[in-house]
Amino acid sequence: MEHYHMNLTLKVWRQKNSNVKGALETYQVKNISSEMSFLEMFDVLNEQLIVEGKEPIAFDHDCREGICGMCSMYINGQAHGPWQKNTTCQLHMRAFKDGDEIVVEPWRSTAFPVVKDLVVNRSSFDRIIQAGGFISVNTGNAVDANAIPIDKKDADDAFMAAACIGCGACVATCKNGSAMLFVGAKVSQLALLPQGAPERESRVLNMVAQMDKEGFGNCTNTYACEAECPKGISVANIARLNSEFLKAGLSTEEN
Amino acid sequence: MALDSKIPHGEMDKKWNDYKGHVKLVNPANKRKLEVIVVGTGLAGASAAASLGELGYKVKAFCFQDSPRRAHSIAAQGGINAAKNYQNDGDSVFRLFYDTVKGGDYRAREANVHRLAEVSTAIIDQCVAQGVPFAREYGGLLSNRSFGGTQVQRTFYAAGQTGQQLLLGAYSALERQVALGNVKMYTRHEMLDVVKIDDKARGIIARDLTTGKTEKHFGHAVLLCTGGYGNVFYLSTNAMGSNVTAAWKAHKKGAFFGNPCFTQIHPTCIPVSGDHQSKLTLMSESLRNDGRIWVPKQKGDNRNPKDIKEEERDYYLERRYPAFGNLVPRDVASRAAKERCDEGYGVGTTKMAVYLDYKDAIIRYGKIEASKQGNDHANQDEIIALGKDVVKEKYGNLFEMYEKITGENPYETPMRIYPAVHYTMGGLWVDYELQTTVKGLYALGEANFSDHGANRLGASALMQGLADGYFVIPYTIGNYLADEIHTANISTDHPAFVDAEKAVTDRLQKLKQINGKQTVESFHKRLGKIMWDKCGMARNEQGLKQAIQEIQDLKKEFWSDVRVPGDIEEMNLELDKAGRVADFIELGELMCVDALNRNESCGGHFREESQTEDGEAKRDDENCNYVAAWENKAEMGWELHKEMLQFEIVKPTQRSYK
Repeated sequence: MEHYHMNLTLKVWRQKNSNVKGALETYQVKNISSEMSFLEMFDVLNEQLIVEGKEPIAFDHDCREGICGMCSMYINGQAHGPWQKNTTCQLHMRAFKDGDEIVVEPWRSTAFPVVKDLVVNRSSFDRIIQAGGFISVNTGNAVDANAIPIDKKDADDAFMAAACIGCGACVATCKNGSAMLFVGAKVSQLALLPQGAPERESRVLNMVAQMDKEGFGNCTNTYACEAECPKGISVANIARLNSEFLKAGLSTEEN
Repeated sequence: MALDSKIPHGEMDKKWNDYKGHVKLVNPANKRKLEVIVVGTGLAGASAAASLGELGYKVKAFCFQDSPRRAHSIAAQGGINAAKNYQNDGDSVFRLFYDTVKGGDYRAREANVHRLAEVSTAIIDQCVAQGVPFAREYGGLLSNRSFGGTQVQRTFYAAGQTGQQLLLGAYSALERQVALGNVKMYTRHEMLDVVKIDDKARGIIARDLTTGKTEKHFGHAVLLCTGGYGNVFYLSTNAMGSNVTAAWKAHKKGAFFGNPCFTQIHPTCIPVSGDHQSKLTLMSESLRNDGRIWVPKQKGDNRNPKDIKEEERDYYLERRYPAFGNLVPRDVASRAAKERCDEGYGVGTTKMAVYLDYKDAIIRYGKIEASKQGNDHANQDEIIALGKDVVKEKYGNLFEMYEKITGENPYETPMRIYPAVHYTMGGLWVDYELQTTVKGLYALGEANFSDHGANRLGASALMQGLADGYFVIPYTIGNYLADEIHTANISTDHPAFVDAEKAVTDRLQKLKQINGKQTVESFHKRLGKIMWDKCGMARNEQGLKQAIQEIQDLKKEFWSDVRVPGDIEEMNLELDKAGRVADFIELGELMCVDALNRNESCGGHFREESQTEDGEAKRDDENCNYVAAWENKAEMGWELHKEMLQFEIVKPTQRSYK
């Protein structure tokens, strides 16, 4: 693979804190290697800003290997940038060429208020999990792990749903700011496994109620969430969420 | 102060059961009155906070990330060991115990390791009950694979995302306790000091990283579950935020630091590509199950790997270690890669890499698939296509990750790998109950030193984090808290809290006021280079002495010329980082002091002065059979305390994987 260097113009969202208005600011970076990750390019810019006596840009990041779900940049109008099934930290500069202009914004959603610059508050996701994204089994209560065989297909599907990293790209990319993919993934994982059965109905009802309470929008089936999801979580999980919700609603009415 | 490891008497396989049978208990009404602080929410912290909350203690949990789900345990790829013997291949609690003691090169505490092996099976049960989607076979039962340093298949896994699935399991248990009101969660908070009253840990000073304000929190006990300190090397497989600060503050408040120089250099990471590099990415050790590691037989061979014929390749692990081949433990595999590259056989543009090749595995699996399909006359292309599908199912996400980072397709061309800093076996010294030398202050998971000796076997970190959190601390903490039921909550207006908070804010002010010319990042890079060059994969007396001097100089320069922009009472990521790097600099010195003191090679600690004729690590059991526990003496440096190791069951021998 041929490596090259590039100069870039960056337009980055700057916002001091959640109480003030923000704006896009323009920066130039030079001699960026195509081998760098997108966040390493930001490191270069931040070092440059500090040396110039300016404030560096605040952005969330941690593992830098695409699994913790902390990084969250909206790059040229796409959550996590131009590559498919990819997080911001795994985006590499070979996706760009010399002279490109790159616009970088935070996740935009009512339920994810901006904290500073590109950092947003995603604690609404934790509260949705608190509402029911678990199996109530205290430590020490478990039976032998092989006591309950699980169909490999169900186990595989549960794993595919459980691969969600909770980054919020689905919400950021949805025109309605819906969290249905995130919620659908967790509801599906636990609904597919026999261990999740006892709380199946209360779980979906409580998680959906919390989702609504947090101000997430509704799903209108544009599938943008699936297209932008760095882990390729399928919209089939939204269908399963709807079906679980309906079933739970009916059964609650019967009671 | 004499170290008391509090290892229970009795036979090895009965110690833990006897301990549990006699340990003090706290009745449910009293648990409600006792507050426990848990710092860090990785596998150890989340499992501990959830389990203690379930028991009825009042728990406060802290993490620096925006959610507990993001702790770096999430990045563990390969798997978790457990002595289930589901494969009927001869595994047992004893074998797991034996492999772990031997794999750790006889520098771990036997009683702790035995307990770890005993509780390993319950961890798998607990995780499955929580809905952790481990890989399964068609019959619906759990699947296993093998990992380096062992000859049985005892590793449970969820594709290449085992850490993620285990952490999300523990996270869901934690969030359930948050919803029930048993745990109060503080995200984007960093612990900046331990508060001690009458020689007992009674709380912490934390900083809210969103507002920048410091806070005082009381607890009857404090648990540090804050992970390892590999980022002292700047480049490592750790997350960018992983740091030693909480453990270091505890160390400065009296907690001894155990075996700080024991660092694990993982053999299969994506090599450094340039000066811009901010972190290194691991390729799971599970890849060594099927991949073959080689370099060209000819020095400086620049040909495309495809053009290098079979007889021109040196499969050096298979050559040197025929019994274990590519599955030797990590320390052995790492040193062997370094040896080949140092000798001039390395590959890639930097020549600091070796090949990890899937060509043979693809053909092998392809032939099996073709035969399963009854196609005995499959041509080479058909076989390769079938084989690629199998490899994709097993390792697809890892191959994808490699391609994203390097732009090369590992199905077509061998991966280039090189060792990188991954895990720290050293950590806060703890006794059998996981208590540090400060009463009421505990360390769990990677933050403590206890179970892995001088080298950790693959798939054992997840096991240890969850063992400590789910199955050890819920018992051992009761032994301490049972005597604390009469201790009423101490007001955070107590002078000890006020003084500790003032010391924290003074230090923040100081960092801010230096207003020098050099960035925090530049100091971190320089520290990392000193550590990697002189306290990395190979160490010698002269280099370590130089490193100590260089680090002392770097510390002075840092405190006179660092530049921290922004204000204290706001979100200020540079200020957060400055505090962490300042602590890393001090830790770096201690690591070199420890490495200099340990005049032997063992596990990940390779002293060049101590090697066998064929270049293997040479332990010195006569003089070095101890845990080095270092007491901080402020400006006077450190005082060494030795915990002599007793091996009742696994008698130390020179490790051989040949």
